[in-house]
Formats: sequence, structure tokens, C-alpha cells
Amino acid sequence: MAVTDTPTASVQRVAAADDTAPMVTIRGVSKAYGSNEVLRDIDLTVNKSEVVCLIGPSGSGKSTLLRCINFLEVYDRGEIRIEGQLVGYSETTPRRRLSNAELRGLRRNVGMVFQQFNLWPHMTALENVAEALVQVRGLDKIAAAERARLMLARVGLADKADSYPSRLSGGQQQRVAIARVIAMEPHLMLFDEPTSALDPELVGEVLQVMRDLAAEGMTMVVVTHEMGFAANVADRVAFLDRGRIAAFGPPRQVFHESPEPRLTQFLQTYHERNSF
Amino acid sequence: MDSNLLVHYGPALLRGFGVTILCWAAGCAIGLALGFALMLLRRIDVKPLRWIIRAYIEVIRGTPFLIQLFLLYSGGPAIGLRLEATTAGILGLGVYGSAYFAEIFRAGYQAVPKGQVEAALSLGMPYGGILRRVILPGMLVSTIPALVNMMAILTKETVVLSIITVPELMYEMQTMAAETFASFETILGMALFYWLLVEAVSRLGRRLETRMTRFLSHPSNARA
Repeated sequence: MAVTDTPTASVQRVAAADDTAPMVTIRGVSKAYGSNEVLRDIDLTVNKSEVVCLIGPSGSGKSTLLRCINFLEVYDRGEIRIEGQLVGYSETTPRRRLSNAELRGLRRNVGMVFQQFNLWPHMTALENVAEALVQVRGLDKIAAAERARLMLARVGLADKADSYPSRLSGGQQQRVAIARVIAMEPHLMLFDEPTSALDPELVGEVLQVMRDLAAEGMTMVVVTHEMGFAANVADRVAFLDRGRIAAFGPPRQVFHESPEPRLTQFLQTYHERNSF
Repeated sequence: MDSNLLVHYGPALLRGFGVTILCWAAGCAIGLALGFALMLLRRIDVKPLRWIIRAYIEVIRGTPFLIQLFLLYSGGPAIGLRLEATTAGILGLGVYGSAYFAEIFRAGYQAVPKGQVEAALSLGMPYGGILRRVILPGMLVSTIPALVNMMAILTKETVVLSIITVPELMYEMQTMAAETFASFETILGMALFYWLLVEAVSRLGRRLETRMTRFLSHPSNARA
């Protein structure tokens, strides 16, 4: 097991394994709550080491789509594959939904960072990071703590190892949450509005950690309202509107050349907000 | 109060006191374990199972403990369940408590933020581990006051066991009262004893609560 490698090296190794096969393929995915169609026939491919940002107005389905990728949310039609493996349903018995137990193998390679951090409040920062290392990766407590310390150092929180989440700022909590995920050496990371619950002055520190991850070759799908991050870090941007991908491409193209009127309207709200 | 009374009845009262504590502690342990198991079973998505558990909880909560105890002790032999009085008393207390504990646990489980469980699921953690390391600690924080309250109520329910001749404190006191006609002292003494017991349980609960919620404290009230 490569847990003693530096995380950077292992991320690069994973990225180098097979660069041609896509990390995530989403084909014709749809989802409805009753008559309310939240996702309509979504197609999206995420290549290895690529950063894809999902943007769009609230209720456009971007968070739902993200949560379908690790099957925290069930999709009704179409298929999602991660490294070729079908997500959430049996390969052999069509449409048989997998249980949480059956999904464990897939999920351990797919990290997720949540808007509300979702740290476990009764554990210290270190314990939060070490827990899955013990339970999922089978490390003994000492090795897990050692590795957790390394991960906290990586997100700049070495001195907060023994703090409970309630003693940390939102930005620090989110960085602990990121450390908790990267400790598992995921092949893919999903970010669900990771900075939306943060005070504006704390957004930067979290985005910086995400930038570092992207630079090291981590494959990332990021739901975000940070247009600056999308423009500068994303390889490609998908604009979702009413459950469809209405625009898709490199950021420059999506932000400046798209003819889609809904997108122009959406971006306009950001221009207005930032011009004071 | 005649001091000879205490000399004469002291040992029996002390024994009764021991039996009361034993019945209460064992009853609580059974009630908590059974209540937790019922809460977990109830989460399984099998309709008949849910109905059975729900009916069990409704019946236990909807009938007096005294009647349940009679049914268990006197009615038990009819279905081949022949229990010694103290055993029946402990089991009865456990069953009675379990229905209430199950409801408290249910509320506690629902109070654990969904995101904390999703974070654990997304890391690939097994359900048993999530339950033990994420849900249970979260549940305890929100349920300790209600659990302690129910346990305090159960201390008082132990008096009912005297009716099926469990030699607990009430039983010994009644014996003493019947033999000496010193009923005022007896009743006063008993009231005092149960009040002390409830008070002790409550204090223990408060200390436990403070301990369990330490991590929630902010720097400003860290030394509270």
C-alpha cells in the first residue's frame, strides 16, 4: 500500500496510469422528483487530471448531478461510469440498485467535499482525518494519525490537529474536510459549493488548496459560484440550466463566446454584483 | 422515630435498598439495549417488521406498568414462562423502559445531521462503523437529557415490583409498616430515599452531559 508516499507523488502516479480512458462518463442521465425533472439527458465526460466546473443558477441541477456521481443521489435513467465502473447499479442485473455496502469499493476512490463541511463534531481535526484511514484503508491507529498529521500540514493546519471543529473557522473546517478526503488518495474529487458557506475573507484559503490540488493533477468536478476560480482553474466549464447542460467548453469560450442567452443573463448577475 | 425500629429492620431495609438498585440498574440496561435494537430494527424497510415494532411500542406505552408486570409474572406460566419474582421484575422494567428508550433513540438518530452520515458514506465507511463512530456519539449528545429523565422515572417505577413480592425497598418497608404500625415514618423515609436516588441519577446525568458535549464548547466558555 502506497500510503507512505507523499500524496503529490501518488496523485501523479494515478494520473499517469492510463491517461486516455476518461475518469467519468455520464451518458443520458435523467432524474425526476415526481413531475419535476431536475436532470434531463445529461452527457458529460471528465478526463483524467481535468478540472470541470459546473455553474448555473440555483435549482439548475448542478449539485444533484454532482451527487449522482458518487450515488449519494439516485439517478433514474442513463448511466454514469467512473474509470469504466457503473455507478450505483448492477452491471449484470439491469437497473438493480446497489446498496451502500456494495458502493463502498467505488466510493473509497471518489472523495467529496461538501458545502457544510460535514466534519464530525465530536472528533478533533486529526481524528476526523484519521477515521476513514482506519475504517476503510485498514491502517492501524498510529499510522493513521501520522498520515492524518501529514495531510493537515498539507492544507496548512498542522497546528490545529487537536482542535475540535467548533473551535475552527469555516475556512479551516473546510480545509480539514479536504484533508480528510485527500488522505484517502482518491482518483477523483467532487466539490459541492465548497466556499458557499464561508465568509468572503475565508474563501481564498480554500480556493488556494483546491488550486494546489488541480496543479498536482487531481481530477476534480467542482460545483461553484466562484466564477474567478472557474475561469482560471477549470479546464472546461459546464453551464447548467433547468436540468440541462446549456453550454460546455473551455472557460474562455463559455464565459465570452457562448450565444446562450440564459448564460449571458446568469453571468450578468455576477457582473452587477461585483460592480459597486 | 423509634431507634429500635432501625436496629431491628435496618438489615432488611439495606437489603431492600440493594435489590432496588439492582433491579433498576439491570432494568435500565435491558431497556436501553432493547430500545436501541428496536430503533435499529425499525429503520429496516420491511413493512410487517415495522408494524410489529410500532404495535409493541404503542401497547407498552399505552398500558400501566403494573398490568404489564402482572401479565408477565402471573400470566407468564400460562404460556410456559415461569419466572422468579426478581427476574420477572427486572425483565418487566426492561421491557417497559425499552418502548420509551426506543422512541428517544429514534428522535436522536433523526437529529444527527444527514451530512455527517453522507460524509462517512462518501469515504466508503461501513454502516457498522458509521453507526458506532458517527451516529451514536451524535445521538448521545442530543438524547442524554431524555435518557436520564427516563432512567429517573424508572427508579420510581421499581416500587411497583413490591406487588409481585420482589424483596426491594418498598416491599421491606411495607413489611416493617405492617408489623410495627409505624406507617408515617415509613412513608416519609421512603419518599426521602427515592428522592435521593432520583437526585443522584440526575446529577450523574448532568455530569455525563457536560462531558459528552465538551467538544461543542467555544473558547469563550471552555472552562465552564
